[in-house]
Amino acid sequence: MTESRQTTTPTGLIAFSWALVGIPLVYGLIQTIRTASSLFTG
Amino acid sequence: MAVPSFLARERIIARPGFNRWLIPPAALAVHLCIGQAYATSVYKAALVADFDSSLTAIGITFSIAIVMLGLSAAVFGTWVDRNGPRAAMFTAACFWSVGFLVGAAGIATDQLWLLYLGYGVIGGIGLGIGYISPVSTLIKWFPDRPGLATGMAIMGFGGGALIASPLSKQLLSWYDTSGGDVASGTSVAWLFVTLGLIYLVFMMFGAFIIRVPADDWKPAGWDPTSVKQKALVTNASVSAGNAIKTPQFWLLWVALFCNVTAGIGILEQASPMIQDFFRDGASSAVTAATAAGFVGLLSLFNMGGRFAWSTTSDYIGRKPIYMVYLGVGLVLYVLLATVGSSATWLFVVLAALIISFYGGGFATAPAYLRDLFGTYQVGAIHGRLLTAWSAAGVAGPLIVNGVLDSRGTPGELVAGDYRPALFIMVGLLAVGFVANLLIKPVASKWHEPKAGASLTHSTPEASTAR
Repeated sequence: MTESRQTTTPTGLIAFSWALVGIPLVYGLIQTIRTASSLFTG
Repeated sequence: MAVPSFLARERIIARPGFNRWLIPPAALAVHLCIGQAYATSVYKAALVADFDSSLTAIGITFSIAIVMLGLSAAVFGTWVDRNGPRAAMFTAACFWSVGFLVGAAGIATDQLWLLYLGYGVIGGIGLGIGYISPVSTLIKWFPDRPGLATGMAIMGFGGGALIASPLSKQLLSWYDTSGGDVASGTSVAWLFVTLGLIYLVFMMFGAFIIRVPADDWKPAGWDPTSVKQKALVTNASVSAGNAIKTPQFWLLWVALFCNVTAGIGILEQASPMIQDFFRDGASSAVTAATAAGFVGLLSLFNMGGRFAWSTTSDYIGRKPIYMVYLGVGLVLYVLLATVGSSATWLFVVLAALIISFYGGGFATAPAYLRDLFGTYQVGAIHGRLLTAWSAAGVAGPLIVNGVLDSRGTPGELVAGDYRPALFIMVGLLAVGFVANLLIKPVASKWHEPKAGASLTHSTPEASTAR
């Protein structure tokens, strides 16, 4: 049974996956904070 | 309905040693894409001009998509549970992407019905399947922290709008060569094509890295018996067919419906509302730019509330956190209606907290279902629960717009004109609070027999599910 063999998830794959979703999310956050800052500046 | 073997659940059972922290980005890859549904305002005016139509006619596209979200989540929930998250994510990616492409064809050929069919119907099916696709998988990978896990994914839905909104503005500025105040229809069509292709790649990435845990898998050092510590939490399994026969399902449906309706009451009107609350005659103390900042702030609290409140529910329990959403939300709404116009900062704080509860209600719902009905068919049950969202998506704007239409014309409304709508929301939150309070553990007659138990011991109610 191949399913029962031990495996290791490559750390690089985990880092890449988080970067792939994290970078756009940070971009969106920064843009939204910029927009929201007008609430306090003017 | 069989799926190709490369999508089958059996092909994605994780081997021992697999790192479960690969699952949240897989879920986020889907939810960040479908969250675009909340960023349609970016090109709404362009579509109104291109089709020479009205805001209402264009807004129907979004309404169709949200109704289809609820319907497809309810109808395909069992299919999603049976075939696993890869098949579901793959299917959602195809529908969501094709929805954009068909919508683009509609814009390019000036056929509004094609936009309804593409973005509304086809894309809406992608929304529904995509929304529920990673939820039960996350709950199974994180039995020790289900609120955190579902909060992360459903936070992605809120985050999707934060990404799509500035990205769409940027793309439109590149594609639009007309130089007018409003982007051309052609540029919106190209925007749809671009988004459709980007989302296809992203969602497929999620589909191909997702894995389901083996039946006997549990986190290292975690004791399953530790779950059964709170009164509402069950170790038993209830099928989706039986779950909808229980009062608990419908009480939670009512609680979610009331919470979402109340939140939409503010979200729908956020920008004009803050200006109207501080209006003096024809002018408002709040400028359009400040109002846009307020909308941005609400988006942040909508997203943050999904993660923060859902994670908090792992510690204080699902029923208490819903008491906070509905009970504290009710008090905040009363304050908004009575003293909200006394200071801008007070209005902003109250509205932001209410919206964080709105997001929290969505993100905590799957973990609440897990507590009540077990993990057996939690995806399918969640799909059925999302019809509350569809209903709220119709009821919320109807209540607010109906009240405001009866009070005056846009641009002349003041804080007092919002009061009846806000007090209707207070009443709804009270109903939701009582509904949540009435939720008790699910009766054992609805539980599926334990593995290995003789079928003769099965209850008639449980049998109907198989």
